[in-house]
Amino acid sequence: MDGPPSTSGILANGNGKLAEPDGGPAADDAQAVFRRLTERPADLLRFATAGSVDDGKSTLIGRLLYDSKQVLSDQLEHVEQTSERMGHDFLDLSLLTDGLRAEREQGITIDVAYRYFATAQRRFIIADTPGHEQYTRNMVTGASTADLAIVLIDARKGVVAQSKRHAFISSLLGIPHIVVCVNKMDLVDFDEAVFDAIVEDFDTFAARLEMPDVTFIPISALHGDNVVERSEAMPWYQGPPLLYHLEHVHIASDRNLIDVRFPVQWVIRPPASSVTDYRAYAGQVAGGVMRPGDDVVVLPGGQRSTIAGIDTLDGAVEEAFPPMSVAIRLTDDIDVGRGSTIVRPHNQPTTANSFECLLCWMSEQPLSPRRRYLVKHTTRMTMLGAADVRYRIDVETLHRDETATTLGLNDLGRVHLELSSPLVFDSYRRNRVTGSLILIDEATNETVGAGVILDTEVDEAETDHAKSERSPNVRWQGTKMTRERRWQTLGHSGATVWFTGLPGAGKSTVAAAVEERLIIAGRPAFLLDGDNLRHGLNGDLGFDEVARSENVRRTAHVAKLLADSGTIALVSLVSPYAADRAAAAALHVADSLDFIEVYVNAPLELCEERDPKGLYARARAGELAGLTGVGAPYEPPPEPDLVLVAGEETVGGEVERVIELLTARGLLPGAP
Amino acid sequence: MPATYHLSHLRTLEAEAVQVFREVAAEFERPVLLFSGGKDSIVLLRLAEKAFRPGPFPFPVMHVDTGHNFPEALEFRDRRVSELGERLIVASVEESIRTGRVVEQTGPRASRNTLQTVTLLDAIAEHGFDAAFGGARRDEERARAKERILSFRDEFGQWEPQRQRPELWSLYNGRIRKGEHARVFPISNWTELDVWQYIAEEDLEVPSIYFAHEREVFARDGMLYAVSPFVELMDGEQPFAARVRYRTVGDMSCTGAIESDAETLQAVVAEIAATEVTERGQTRADDRATEAAMEDRKRQGYF
Repeated sequence: MDGPPSTSGILANGNGKLAEPDGGPAADDAQAVFRRLTERPADLLRFATAGSVDDGKSTLIGRLLYDSKQVLSDQLEHVEQTSERMGHDFLDLSLLTDGLRAEREQGITIDVAYRYFATAQRRFIIADTPGHEQYTRNMVTGASTADLAIVLIDARKGVVAQSKRHAFISSLLGIPHIVVCVNKMDLVDFDEAVFDAIVEDFDTFAARLEMPDVTFIPISALHGDNVVERSEAMPWYQGPPLLYHLEHVHIASDRNLIDVRFPVQWVIRPPASSVTDYRAYAGQVAGGVMRPGDDVVVLPGGQRSTIAGIDTLDGAVEEAFPPMSVAIRLTDDIDVGRGSTIVRPHNQPTTANSFECLLCWMSEQPLSPRRRYLVKHTTRMTMLGAADVRYRIDVETLHRDETATTLGLNDLGRVHLELSSPLVFDSYRRNRVTGSLILIDEATNETVGAGVILDTEVDEAETDHAKSERSPNVRWQGTKMTRERRWQTLGHSGATVWFTGLPGAGKSTVAAAVEERLIIAGRPAFLLDGDNLRHGLNGDLGFDEVARSENVRRTAHVAKLLADSGTIALVSLVSPYAADRAAAAALHVADSLDFIEVYVNAPLELCEERDPKGLYARARAGELAGLTGVGAPYEPPPEPDLVLVAGEETVGGEVERVIELLTARGLLPGAP
Repeated sequence: MPATYHLSHLRTLEAEAVQVFREVAAEFERPVLLFSGGKDSIVLLRLAEKAFRPGPFPFPVMHVDTGHNFPEALEFRDRRVSELGERLIVASVEESIRTGRVVEQTGPRASRNTLQTVTLLDAIAEHGFDAAFGGARRDEERARAKERILSFRDEFGQWEPQRQRPELWSLYNGRIRKGEHARVFPISNWTELDVWQYIAEEDLEVPSIYFAHEREVFARDGMLYAVSPFVELMDGEQPFAARVRYRTVGDMSCTGAIESDAETLQAVVAEIAATEVTERGQTRADDRATEAAMEDRKRQGYF
């Protein structure tokens, strides 16, 4: 059977030369050429090449450009002159790509260089990255935006450490397509067995990595075999030459068109005089397909709205998808700004301030708990609180060094990050935009790290506290003062009393009265009032289901800290969902702390009648959506420790009941 | 829109450039857009419209006027910026010469090309700009192929290729210290052909010198230069009339014309698609001076 055809129809290179298939002069008239360029718009393929000078990487790129008649005459003249001056008796095609003086002088590549060429099928951007070990960071940089990576292997040497490193980094950065070019086949007599052995070796290594699509091509960059044209010397190879593969590999489905993700970059708001009340949120679609009329939720606040329109300079559009840059108008006047992420209500990313990621360190200053780092993720900037290095990965053996406590230049490792404020993210595997971040050293402003966020579900097993003991300098500080010593010395112990119930049921009133009673009795107590917390700690949260859960989660953590300190934390929070309260209770139980659930039970009619904050009136007037009891459900506790039924007794009586319970639990003196 | 959600390469490049504009406008305090009246900065203006309309540009537009510019380009510059309703700042090399900041070269090969670096840096300092959008492309020249989209300049405006910040995904690190600034190149990944194709697709106006016209020229070093008050002829250089157009718009003293019959955008696109020589190699004397000419000028603070 014949293999696929050789590449043909090369149209224009980056600088724009139109190569004629027959080498003759351009006969097309201007209109025909113009039509050909515009009527069948090409798509864009970005690929990264990794390999050292020895692997023939520069030669391969030079060969791709040269054989496809894409090197312009002044560039070629330059290569000829320089080759001669350097004493070569051959045309050194690597000179086409080595840009900076230091590189030419030292014969190395020190930085990512970008090259451009085009065929009738596609436009190509090559991120040409050096292969030396000390430049892992450049490879990560070049690979971060690539659709495809070419890994070069010298046929004489086989799969060496460096090939493994390149394959590993490509897999780490989620490059969907890998092409392994086995180069210098001419030096092994175009032997099929050599090629097969390398393929098998590589497959063995790659089985441990995540690589969805790997293609192997035997080539000779120096002589041009299987680069642009099919090789006559390797009839046993049935696949296409490299350029044909690059032209035809299917990349359209690599984008995430499922999960709507729109990080807001900028708010477009013309001066009041010019366009009445125009307000649109500008950004680049990071995932999914957005349409006018779609219900959306804005994270991390959680406000709901609907897409009123999607604008561009060329007019409104009916659909926006990645990587379009557009401006979104919403039907409601809600608080949206740079750093907000617009998503669909039933397909939400994670909002959290800690997660696991794989980090590539790019600075000579190692990761240090004594330095302050900024984290940039989509359009949000936050501070790094703590980084716990779980292990460092040897990129050649994939060995995990669990004794590692920090990362140095060009190190890769798995790190648990705690941030000062939450991010709205997906795993990198799911979305390369919402799953990636960079670290910036606050003192030097240098970009020092690049991270890809891992699937958290997969990681549960590893995030337990015991593991984090390994990095004493960068982890949550343990102290010598134990809870037992603290409570014993202070003479009292802490606990959390959680008051739940409808808005207006009287939770805060009774909780505040309990607080007063305890303090007067010389017993440390502190009221955590839901409304007050929303002014500060939880000020960024809205009122949808997710935001309410988060509200409960944070409040539970604060209460737990207070309880641990020996204080009685009195939480007054609607906390409408049973599952959230169960999680709050579990958090305490797991740490051997008392959690007492008090259900303040008042009928909706009574609460509405009282309406101390006017919330029900606003909800009934349609001004307030999602008020618990009106627009959102309240799930009563199935087994509360105490039920206070409204109207059955005075506030003073209710306080007595709580004090009795605390005494019975041994939290107050006078216990039997 | 087809169900495959296809975006052509040109619209992909456009979307990325718009993203860069919005990031920089959001993260920097005082950006400025450098506009020469040339094709690349014409594209920049359109991309800024795409990024910020119906709002105003969150930055002014600035031109470094060498005093040796083509009159057609200057006329176009003023008209275009006023059509957009944006603010134009002109930084003048003439002024820098008058105040003694730079010394004019003399002789038939005199050029103000290197002088404009000082004028540019002075203007950036004077206005306190912390980011300057420019139309440089990586396909233009080998040193530019290695420059970042956000390229940092120290307090002396200098570029240090070995100390560039890694640039990953579309996450730009816009943090700088006081006195430093960033050059921002939103069309880094565009080629000359992309620029022309975009101008044609968007039907953008360009200065008339980009189209074939009759002009009095003379030949030097294998290039055709316009006869102008800014260039002294050397012995043996005979002016003659030719049908030419320009591929780049720089100073009259160092920008060469090419013989061409291309009178429409379509014809220009076709001509670029068929060219055998790079744009800088064909028409810019400044890049032919030494092998590392561009690298050296960039290190000093050039565009």
